[in-house]
Amino acid sequence: MVQAIVFLPLLGFLIAGLFGRVLGARPSELITTGFLIVGAVLSWIVFFDVGFGRGAYTVQLASWMRSGGLVVDWSLRIDTLTAVMLVVVNSVSALVHLYSIGYMHEDPSRPRFFGYLSLFTFAMLMLVTADNLVQMFFGWEGVGLASYLLIGFWYEKPSATAAAMKAFIVNRVGDFGFMLGIFLVFVLSGSVGFDAIFAKVASFSGLKFHFLGTDWNAVTLACLLLFLGAMGKSAQFLLHTWLPDAMEGPTPVSALIHAATMVTAGVFMVARLSPLFEASPDALAVVMFIGATTAFFAGTIGLVQNDIKRVIAYSTCSQLGFMFAALGAGAYSAGVFHLFTHAFFKALLFLGAGSVIHAMHHEQDIRRMGGLFSKIPFTGAMMLIGTLALTGFPFTAGYFSKDAIIESVYASHAGPWGYAFILLVITAGMTSFYSWRLFFKTFAGKPAAAHDDHGHAHAAHDDHAHGHDDHGHGHHEPHESPVVMLVPLAFLAFGALAAGIAFKEAFLGHGYEAFFKGALFTGKDNHVLHAMHEVPGWVVWSPTVMMVLGFALAWLFYIARPDLPVQLAQSHRLAYEFLLNKWYFDELYDFLFVRPAKALGRFLWKKGDGAVIDGLGPDGVSARVIDVTNAVVRLQTGYVYHYAFAMLIGVAAFVTWYMFGGAH
Amino acid sequence: MNAAAAFFYLFAGVTVASAFMVVASRNPVHSVLFLILAFVNAAGLFLLMGAEFLAMILVVVYVGAVAVLFLFVVMMLDVDFAQLRQGFLNYLPLGALLAIVFFIELALVLTTRFVDPKAFKAAAPAAPKPDMLVTNTEALGRVLYTDYVFFFQVSGLVLLVAMIGAIVLTLRHKAGVKRQDIAEQVARTKATAMEVKKVPSRQGV
Amino acid sequence: MSSTVAAVPALGPALPEIVLALGALALVLIGAIRGDRSTGLVNAITVALIAAAGVMVAMQGGGKVSTFNGAFVVDGFARFMKLAMLIGAAVALVMAGDYMRKEKVHQFEFPILVLLSTLGMMLMISANDLIAVYLGLELSSLSLYVIAAIRRDDVRSTEAGLKYFVLGALSSGMLLYGASLIYGFTGSVSFAGIAKALQGEAGTGAIFGLVFILAGLAFKISAVPFHMWTPDVYEGAPTPVTAFFAAAPKVAAIALLVRVVMTAFPGITGQWQQIVVFIAIASMGLGAFAAIGQRNIKRLLAYSSIGHVGFALVGLAAGTAGGVQGVATYMAIYLVMTLGSFAVLLSMERDGEYVETIDDLAGLGRTDPVMAFVFAMLLFSLAGIPPLAGFFAKWYVFAAAVEAKLYALAVIGVLTSVVGTYYYLRLVKIMYFDEPKAAFEPAGGVVRAVVLASGAFVFLFWLWPAPLVNAAGAAAKSLF
Repeated sequence: MVQAIVFLPLLGFLIAGLFGRVLGARPSELITTGFLIVGAVLSWIVFFDVGFGRGAYTVQLASWMRSGGLVVDWSLRIDTLTAVMLVVVNSVSALVHLYSIGYMHEDPSRPRFFGYLSLFTFAMLMLVTADNLVQMFFGWEGVGLASYLLIGFWYEKPSATAAAMKAFIVNRVGDFGFMLGIFLVFVLSGSVGFDAIFAKVASFSGLKFHFLGTDWNAVTLACLLLFLGAMGKSAQFLLHTWLPDAMEGPTPVSALIHAATMVTAGVFMVARLSPLFEASPDALAVVMFIGATTAFFAGTIGLVQNDIKRVIAYSTCSQLGFMFAALGAGAYSAGVFHLFTHAFFKALLFLGAGSVIHAMHHEQDIRRMGGLFSKIPFTGAMMLIGTLALTGFPFTAGYFSKDAIIESVYASHAGPWGYAFILLVITAGMTSFYSWRLFFKTFAGKPAAAHDDHGHAHAAHDDHAHGHDDHGHGHHEPHESPVVMLVPLAFLAFGALAAGIAFKEAFLGHGYEAFFKGALFTGKDNHVLHAMHEVPGWVVWSPTVMMVLGFALAWLFYIARPDLPVQLAQSHRLAYEFLLNKWYFDELYDFLFVRPAKALGRFLWKKGDGAVIDGLGPDGVSARVIDVTNAVVRLQTGYVYHYAFAMLIGVAAFVTWYMFGGAH
Repeated sequence: MNAAAAFFYLFAGVTVASAFMVVASRNPVHSVLFLILAFVNAAGLFLLMGAEFLAMILVVVYVGAVAVLFLFVVMMLDVDFAQLRQGFLNYLPLGALLAIVFFIELALVLTTRFVDPKAFKAAAPAAPKPDMLVTNTEALGRVLYTDYVFFFQVSGLVLLVAMIGAIVLTLRHKAGVKRQDIAEQVARTKATAMEVKKVPSRQGV
Repeated sequence: MSSTVAAVPALGPALPEIVLALGALALVLIGAIRGDRSTGLVNAITVALIAAAGVMVAMQGGGKVSTFNGAFVVDGFARFMKLAMLIGAAVALVMAGDYMRKEKVHQFEFPILVLLSTLGMMLMISANDLIAVYLGLELSSLSLYVIAAIRRDDVRSTEAGLKYFVLGALSSGMLLYGASLIYGFTGSVSFAGIAKALQGEAGTGAIFGLVFILAGLAFKISAVPFHMWTPDVYEGAPTPVTAFFAAAPKVAAIALLVRVVMTAFPGITGQWQQIVVFIAIASMGLGAFAAIGQRNIKRLLAYSSIGHVGFALVGLAAGTAGGVQGVATYMAIYLVMTLGSFAVLLSMERDGEYVETIDDLAGLGRTDPVMAFVFAMLLFSLAGIPPLAGFFAKWYVFAAAVEAKLYALAVIGVLTSVVGTYYYLRLVKIMYFDEPKAAFEPAGGVVRAVVLASGAFVFLFWLWPAPLVNAAGAAAKSLF
């Protein structure tokens, strides 16, 4: 059964990828989507089987490599953590597949798209079912590849290919750290298998390791290196720049990869390696610090963005920060729970946004929207549910998971908990503000100037109108999306509403031990899961209050007094520009890394390769060959006496050689 | 120095000098004449070695036929040798250098032949016994069709090729040229060759 | 006056040669009587005679037989080389038929001269003393001079013939001079006698003679620096004549060179090795570099043949049985590749005229895919790219050189073959990637058959190389 879950997407990818042209678009869609739906159903069965039934098991598939002490197997590790991820990945993936049938229905290369989606799903499943670091790295790189391919799916758009490259390259930085981490863990424990590593954590937890001129605690160093990988994949502060740009990909891709699944791989990895991280309080402190910082930082940027997808992208970035903060606090289950709920409502928001974009004929700027609720009521309702869940409206999914994170951070009293707590509470308010801002600007009020200058908007977004040329003209009235797109929204909305309340106990409450059965490790001094239930009342209420505040402010700004934000932006021009330009990180990186790297590359290309290697190597040699050729050809004058002279000189030279040379 | 040696140096000296003049003289006719002189002196050298047949052949064939043929050709063709020779001076230094190199090296080789008897590996052929003494002509005749029949025949083929080649490259059958056809001439009879006509007197043909 | 009746020398070993000689005489008579109308007939009979000679050579028993007082020898090496040379001559002659008809060259002497030249080459291969060497060489060369100029109204053809003749005469002079020196210092003209006299160390005089003899022979195989005639003569001579030049005389002259150095100068291997190494390197290098600058395919093939002779000499430089085996194999494979290439050249006829520049090949890949493919295979093979026949040819000579510890020579050989690859590949590129010109007129059946047969040979050689390689090995052994 597990094998079917993991390998059906691969089969789908192979069919759609290799035979998509032969089969045609529709069969490719149906095959891949059908496989994924089967996989999703099976995943839920496994989830209940593992979480509430017989518990964890491992399926050995094949031996991968054996070299000395290095033993790597292909195997599927099925425990509760994996089961949660299976559910998330396969459910969202199946729904996104289904949704894409509607969303992409005019794209000429749909088999390729569905093939990539299935490939991504397979790689993600390899990642979450990995029994060792190497297989996890395989999945890790696989999702990176699929992400690259899907971001650049509309490869004729320069911005899309640039975004794809950016995502890939930024992730390389993290992946490099991840690899070093794997090496270090192997050096320390002599194994890459999780069970073997965890069994030996105690034996090497006190060791020192010399790295970059400093003596480090070996476990801390390993954790930090591994966390570097997680930062890259989960778009944490400093390595986050690729995620907003990744919105160049088709919206279902954003929902699947850049909201629900791949970006949470970092969270999953830290949770999976919880025994390792538990051994290093310093590393956990760093995780919490980075998580909280990311949450706050991304939230501030989200306040002012105008692209509907970018707002949600920064929101994702911010929510991932929440998850890491929880992990840093030692409340792994809180982080994973938020991962679980977040997958539903964030996928819902993205797919809803996709539906809006679809309705608006590929218009993404919220300033050109407004009053859409009456036009596309179903989508609006779904978006409303997603917004409620995201902001943490009581009894929605987000309410339970996000509040749990804030409580656990407060309760941990470890690392930079005060800093993290304050930032997270503020961020909760900002989350509410930008979510409602998005909702109000899109669905409430009058239809904005969108249609007055739609021609202009259309021109500006011409590259978005991929294959929609016949569509964008004439009939401009927003329209509700087809059923095949709305059904996934409904499923996800259900999840966004119910996932929190249904699994709260299992993840965070009394069912914790029975549910996880040791899949998440907590040290013996780690009592955060108990402590978080005993935090003061104001702590419990603070996120809800912030949520209400944010809602009120958004209502004030965008419903009651729409002129206020404009004034505010003008009066605080500097701050507004700072946020609008995303803290100038792209510019900073461009200055610090991209330009020097390009300059170095240009130098090595023009001078190193062109002048030195080509000059002395192939080009130089070929030029000399031509020189020699010309000289030799010039000898061939056509005059008989020249020829005769050549012969005589030859003979004379030979004779002289024997007379005076070393003939004897 | 006996008489033979004196003649040797005379003939050899004249041969070398006239050979040089063949190349050096401005008038091509002079060149051919110097060539004839060189041949004759070479024949003299043959005579000194007792090879009278070769000496005579040299005179008859080379002087009598080849050189005279040369002379005719040179005199009949209006070849501007002076013009042909213009490039000569340009290459004189290089040619001279090569000649000097060869000369010095040959000289060295020949001296080693005397200095180092081992270099001369072959035993000197035994002098023929008196009763074996025959004339050059007879000696050649004895071996030419027996021991050397192979070479003789192949030489014949070489000459055949030379003949064919000359014909192929030069013979042209021009239309309208009257040629002697001996067979036709011989086959003429009175009937075909003659016609008797009565010529009326005082009227003419 | 004693008069002993000399015994009639054994004629059996020379039977093929005698048949050719008598046949040539008969053909001269036929031609003389029937005139130029008989050209076709004479051509056919000539091919038949050469084929008959080939059969007779093949049927000659094993072992080493010599006759005419040891001047003429038939051994395994001679048979191998004669067969290769006869095949080359016959194929070239067959291919010439069409061309000569179309170009209106009607002289019946042409096939006769080819026949006499072939005879001369057979004598060269079997020559076992210096006089036989010279006579065989002259017989073949004189005929070649004439057929180079056979289109006597064509300026380039006559120029080619004249250049070839003048320089050939010079080289013959050198050979004779060397032969006289050798005779003077060893007292013998027979190879056996020379070898006996030169056991151990040799005086400077003998080496002097050796140099001149090698110079004369190097001219025949067009090895650098005695190669200068080759491009001009190849370009000027009519194409089938050039095909003949590139095939048969090369094989015969290499065979002669091998026999001379191996049987007459085995005692001073160290001496001739130096010359052979030098001319091998110079030939390979010049062949590779100069060919790059050529636009005319015949000129290009001329430099290519110079280079290939250099490669063959690498095997000779080794001075071992393995080396000679490599040379024999090389020449056999070279012969096939050359004939194939010239057959392609002979099929390049457009608007009733034969064309021969590289650019005329443009787009052959589209206008005549079969021809283009075969020619590409031939070119790859000439360049020595595995698994084609040319690769094995180079492999054997380089292996021999390495075994003889001539590492530098082998390395230089490989490097020059890399340079040489450039111009072969350029032809392939032009055939396949340049804009097509008008298609060639359909080639004659014979020419096309030669193209296909040679293509099949180089393409499939690796499947069954044993017969050729073993025969070459047996041939090489007979010299030691």
